[in-house]
Amino acid sequence: MKDLSMHIMDIIQNSVRAEASLVELKITESMKEDLFSISIKDNGFGMSEEMLAKAIDPFFTTRTTRKVGLGLPLLKQNAEMTGGRMEISSKEGVGTELEATFSHKHLDRPTLGDIAGTMVLLVGANPEMDFIYTHITDEGEYIFDTKEVKEVLDDMPVSDPNIMQYLKEMIKENLNTILYR
Amino acid sequence: MAKVKSLADLKKIKEELHAKMDLREKSNDPEAQVQIKVGMATCGIASGAKEVMEFLIEATAKRGINSIVTQTGCMGYCYAEPTIEVTMPGKEPVVFGDVDLKKADEVIEKYIKQGELVDGIIPVNYKTIDNN
Repeated sequence: MKDLSMHIMDIIQNSVRAEASLVELKITESMKEDLFSISIKDNGFGMSEEMLAKAIDPFFTTRTTRKVGLGLPLLKQNAEMTGGRMEISSKEGVGTELEATFSHKHLDRPTLGDIAGTMVLLVGANPEMDFIYTHITDEGEYIFDTKEVKEVLDDMPVSDPNIMQYLKEMIKENLNTILYR
Repeated sequence: MAKVKSLADLKKIKEELHAKMDLREKSNDPEAQVQIKVGMATCGIASGAKEVMEFLIEATAKRGINSIVTQTGCMGYCYAEPTIEVTMPGKEPVVFGDVDLKKADEVIEKYIKQGELVDGIIPVNYKTIDNN
């Protein structure tokens, strides 16, 4: 994966497949603590203990179209390459929670990439789902909540290409105020 | 494009867009729309499916094509990612492989607009089941 936003897009596809109605993404960055953390929590089907144990095995997947499932192992490998870790917990019928931590300063930590574009694609492609994206840095906090957005948009669909463009810009503008340059 | 920094700005923009939308006679009947599915599993994303999807959403809107662009999982053609499945109204779906921005543009201009087949078609070995 080119950057972390692509990992996020990939991991959230699992939540989509698990029929989650709410996905919470939280990115915490701290230069002071040398921390970059990504947490994804959904209220989908969840996994049994047996399935959870196999989830990080690259040769395990629930798909029938291919024999490998590389999304979680790739993220885990990336996190561990920077001295970080990835943990995943899940409860059947309740949901799944994943946290990947990285060393912020580590040379091998991929950049975050186009997180605004990733969020907007996820929101536009899954209009029936809700997403809460929280980004915390030493400079401040930004929360993008699709429930609020949908309230403002009323009958205008979030999947409208113009709206998607404006949402992307709104996220970018707000992130610019808290991200390190 | 006007700057959108807050939900209040978004509300203003929405009202402006709403007025324009009412003038357009855009049908939301899925049967009348061109349906484009972009394979967005690990294999697709790692190969550039995100950029392709962004391009398809923007380009079809700008070129006035009544379409719906959605995501789908792995179609099993990991060797040919990014893949897209295009369903023209009343026709069988066609899957294109190795779709970069140039190929996506060609699919829109030749296949969607003119009905001409272009290189890169993957013969499908499955049939979508209609649950409705």
